[in-house]
Amino acid sequence: MLDKIKKINKKISALAGSSMEKFTTLTSRAIPLAIENVDTDQIIPARFLKTTDKQGFGDNVFRDWRFDKHGSINKNFSLNNPKYSGSILVAGDNFGCGSSREHAAWALIGYGFEVIVSSFFADIFKGNALNNGLLPVQVSEGFLKTLLETVEAHPETNIEVNLENQTISIANSDVSESFDIYPYKKTCMINGYGDIDYLLSKKEQIEAFEAEQTL
Amino acid sequence: MGKTLFDKVWDAHVVNSVQNGPQVLYIDKHLIHEVTSPQAFNELEARGIPVFRPNQIVATADHNTPTLNQDLPIKDELSRKQLEQLSENCAKNGITLYELGHKYNGIVHVMAPELGITQPGMTMVCGDSHTSTHGAFGTIAFGIGTSQVAQVFASQCLLLTKPKSLRVTVNGKLKNGVLPKDVILYIISKLGTNSGTGYFCEYAGDVFENMSMEGRMTVCNMSIEMGARGGMIAPDDTTFEYVKGRKFAPQGKDLDKKVTYWKTLPTDADAVFDKEYVFDAEDIEPMVTYGTNPGMGIKISETIPVDDNASFKKSLEYMNFAAGESLINKPINFVFIGSCTNSRIEDFRVAANFIKGKQKANNVTAWLVPGSKQVEAQIIEEGLKDIFDNAGFELRQPGCSACLAMNDDKIPQGEYCVSTSNRNFEGRQGQGSRTILASPLVAAATAVAGKIVDVTKDIETLEIVSH
Repeated sequence: MLDKIKKINKKISALAGSSMEKFTTLTSRAIPLAIENVDTDQIIPARFLKTTDKQGFGDNVFRDWRFDKHGSINKNFSLNNPKYSGSILVAGDNFGCGSSREHAAWALIGYGFEVIVSSFFADIFKGNALNNGLLPVQVSEGFLKTLLETVEAHPETNIEVNLENQTISIANSDVSESFDIYPYKKTCMINGYGDIDYLLSKKEQIEAFEAEQTL
Repeated sequence: MGKTLFDKVWDAHVVNSVQNGPQVLYIDKHLIHEVTSPQAFNELEARGIPVFRPNQIVATADHNTPTLNQDLPIKDELSRKQLEQLSENCAKNGITLYELGHKYNGIVHVMAPELGITQPGMTMVCGDSHTSTHGAFGTIAFGIGTSQVAQVFASQCLLLTKPKSLRVTVNGKLKNGVLPKDVILYIISKLGTNSGTGYFCEYAGDVFENMSMEGRMTVCNMSIEMGARGGMIAPDDTTFEYVKGRKFAPQGKDLDKKVTYWKTLPTDADAVFDKEYVFDAEDIEPMVTYGTNPGMGIKISETIPVDDNASFKKSLEYMNFAAGESLINKPINFVFIGSCTNSRIEDFRVAANFIKGKQKANNVTAWLVPGSKQVEAQIIEEGLKDIFDNAGFELRQPGCSACLAMNDDKIPQGEYCVSTSNRNFEGRQGQGSRTILASPLVAAATAVAGKIVDVTKDIETLEIVSH
């Protein structure tokens, strides 16, 4: 059994003009976060939003849960528990609610996450994640429960995420579920395309639309 | 089948549709601020893409600004640099900026409506989830991430999948002392924090028809707190009267033409919504929250519910409250009246009306933070500042302030704050702070009593406050 994170087919996009990393499949251990309504203020507190680039946010992801008020490590928090590792975060219902800060996605990516699993995602967070190559995988409540229990009981378990087939599975078991993703966003994730490229290709139509406005 | 208000505005802005995919939606107005725009400017610059329509972008500094001594250089180096970056980016790209100290500076969602930038039938975006505020005008307005800020810079458009439709109807007459904030806190407490996810919400019924624009903005502002990307209220004479005469509002024949169009926007009688909820105004009372998300709200006279859910218990533990207890008589040391939810002139009138002739309790630090320079000026002009000064309240300078505590306005560890803002998340108002969301009336009453009091008991003696 592999202890370390195993990435398959994961390459930095070499396509000119593409703005994201590609995502196809991932096999990794997972870190459980069995808390509902995890809001973006917990993912990255506002006091860390003062920088003007996308770097360094990973250091402060879940800052006030990872560290206590004196700055000491909170050993009870799952991200600090040495038995858990991996680039998949398995979180409770309604993950990412709250503000529109894309810093939340940058912080999770900066920490090393590539996939977030939950039974429900807040709208803006989900879009921000997809726009940065971080895959939100929405599963049923039953599957989430099984996944959390499995990871907590057997932290060495690998989880397999296959975007092409839209499946998430517990390795070496028959526990598997398919997940939904907008076909357009799936294409973007697999190819590392960003929306901006598509929009720029529509400039003429956008100008024509503007010219038609009479009011 | 008829169309909803949302359908009409959305359909009028579709440039193009991707086959089996999202639509290209044209954005009329793009508002930006210092926190969520710098990385978008960087991305464009790195890729050599110009800003497509700088005249349709308006910028303000609000999240990171101090609320004292705004004329002095900002002490915090990172905050200062972020504001300087905004000024540079705007100057370089020909974007109008109302920077710190400008007479139009203010919280983005207070500044734009009061200048007439926000108008019915528009599409508006901003890298801020409370952009839903502008839906009060019958505008499709919603928060976006920074990647999307870059997309709008580059193309004045976004790629979006049309959300589903939701209508929340509240009919009847609100009780005295029940404010728009109570209405939206009540709705969210009934529907939960994710009931609106994937939907755009319309608020309908005579409660909203009879509300002022300020009240409608308070309601639409918190749509995101039930997960909805945006909330809308049909434009009517109240809307047109509000817009008329403002700096960037259309004038004369242009205005007449617009109003004629705006009158066609309300939802058709035979339109069908994907989801509908109906509430009775009589059931609503002044509200307070007891937990760490805005859905955890109760009527001020009620007790905290009992629930075995682990996240619920974690939330109460953070707040140091017990299931089944009442919040009445809980000592409170901090009160904040401000934020894009409740920092408009009407909110300060409500507070002043209650505070007049009374004194702030000794244990309370009470911050009043206007939403804009214009609101601040009006507070002084109407004599409200004198009332606040005499009662021991501290009127500060405009900005987002203690709503998210990015600046120095932080609530200390472990302290409760009765706040008119929109989020009671853990540490939202400062590390370890505990937020209780409420209306400006409940906040003012708390500051005077030094503890939470049942304002419904005083309501008979209250002057009727406008909705």
